[in-house]
Amino acid sequence: MKRAFNTQMVPLLSVFAAFSFIIMMFNLPLPGGTTGHAVGVGIATIVLGPWASILGISIALIIQAVFFGDGGITTLGANCFNMAIIGSLATYAIYRMIAGRSALTSARRVIAAGVAGYIAINLAALAAAIEFGIQPLLFHDASGAPLYAPYPLRIAIPAMMIGHLTIAGLAEMVVSAGVVAYLQRSEPSLLRRTAPGAEEGSAAAANLRPLWFALAGLLILTPLGILATGSAWGESTPVPTPRGLRALSSFWTAPMPQYAPPFLKSPGFGYLLSAMTGTGLIMLLVSFAGWLIHIRSVRGRPRAG
Amino acid sequence: MQRYIERTIASLVAASERAAISEQVAFSGGALQCVDPRVKVASLFALIVVVAASRRLSVIAALFAIAAVLAVASHVRMRRLAGWVWLPVLFFTGAIAAPAIFLTPGHAIGFGITEQGLRAAAFLIGRAETASTLSALLVLTTPWPWVLKALRIFRCPMIVVAILGMTYRYIFVILQTALEMFEARQSRTVGVLPLAERRRLASSAAGVLLSKSVQMSGEVHQAMRSRGFRGEVHVLQDFRARAADWCWLAGFGLLVAASFWYGR
Repeated sequence: MKRAFNTQMVPLLSVFAAFSFIIMMFNLPLPGGTTGHAVGVGIATIVLGPWASILGISIALIIQAVFFGDGGITTLGANCFNMAIIGSLATYAIYRMIAGRSALTSARRVIAAGVAGYIAINLAALAAAIEFGIQPLLFHDASGAPLYAPYPLRIAIPAMMIGHLTIAGLAEMVVSAGVVAYLQRSEPSLLRRTAPGAEEGSAAAANLRPLWFALAGLLILTPLGILATGSAWGESTPVPTPRGLRALSSFWTAPMPQYAPPFLKSPGFGYLLSAMTGTGLIMLLVSFAGWLIHIRSVRGRPRAG
Repeated sequence: MQRYIERTIASLVAASERAAISEQVAFSGGALQCVDPRVKVASLFALIVVVAASRRLSVIAALFAIAAVLAVASHVRMRRLAGWVWLPVLFFTGAIAAPAIFLTPGHAIGFGITEQGLRAAAFLIGRAETASTLSALLVLTTPWPWVLKALRIFRCPMIVVAILGMTYRYIFVILQTALEMFEARQSRTVGVLPLAERRRLASSAAGVLLSKSVQMSGEVHQAMRSRGFRGEVHVLQDFRARAADWCWLAGFGLLVAASFWYGR
């Protein structure tokens, strides 16, 4: 805690706790026409890191309980444990796991933030439900009447989880994913703290990723061509070759004629090898062209001084 | 769309108004307002703990009655207390407690209601109402900076007290920013926006607020550093207990001890 409290952390934590407090007041429109409130633990963890988020959310909860009478003073410890500690640590673990080393502007980080916020708030709710559920076992008067939370685990857990798996979880997911998407456009540097080793890819590179995935998918599907019966429409239709062109027919002989390299016996494997060779050659050519363009742009750039 | 923005504005304005009224009541010169904040913080926190620990409904009811009397003596309007504390707590805790009347196993007294269920619901609602009233009394009769300063008697680290104080101050700065953003949006909006657009609006507003908050924290840090802040927090003014404060402390001490004894 002392390490976290450098001079910069004092105003940062204060302002962030105030931000979390205000976020808890936002009505978030959710699918189905209902609204919900987020805790803000997802976005606090992603921007501040888990330890500072624990402190920030705890401070917001203390002010909410003491000044605004919302949450309870004697339950502060449990609330901080559930929402600040479990929420922050779960968000951090899930966000880092899903986001990996992807670029700060990658769509994967938006998904990671949404999923992390959703799961974290539900884990916090589950912890609260367990705390409620064990109370009738621990505290009851002589007549058997529960002194605190009255419901056993079999009622407390579904009662808490239904609301959180649907409304509260969605609210946290919307805020976490929405704010990360907004920061990617406006201030991606704020996402740096919980993204060590993130690729320095530009937005354009990140946008190309789906195309690479699509290309890989098409390559994997190439063997489907072997299963097809007959031949492609128009390819086998005999067309009379003009006399002039017939003279040039021996000028260039394809190394893999009819997608069947002569040195391979299996026509299926020859077909696959042809597809891979063709794709590889195209990628090599495009990469070479890209490299040439890059070299020219670097040489053409005016030098400082 | 309009209703969504108005609802958000209403909740932001309500928080702002509540703080302003609390400040006004805190300086109104009632019974609890004259007590040393340290005595109030220690006594009311101790009473809240006693309410939470009590195993007798009669003790909880007696403490609720004493809290109501203290509120009247401290110029806290009953209507305000009912609107801010009693009714919201009754609706929220009541909704949680109501099924327990039927679901708790025990001696049936008719209509599926059990005696143990009734007692469990009464405990839950009674504790929540009494503890909330006591905590509201503390905040309504003591300016927030004094509450924070009084927290030092619980050996709360000074840096935590400073952060709590700054957070409270910046809540209103960010609240004002959020209010202006939503009002500006409201004035530019005609017609109804689809649900997805409303969601985008809410998350963009949160994103803008976050950016502004981080920027503000940087500016505040520079301002603090330029005024010589090196991580140490000092308080200029200390409280001084008078004879009347010692009497209040003795009275509260007796009440806490008696309630704890009877509530075991």
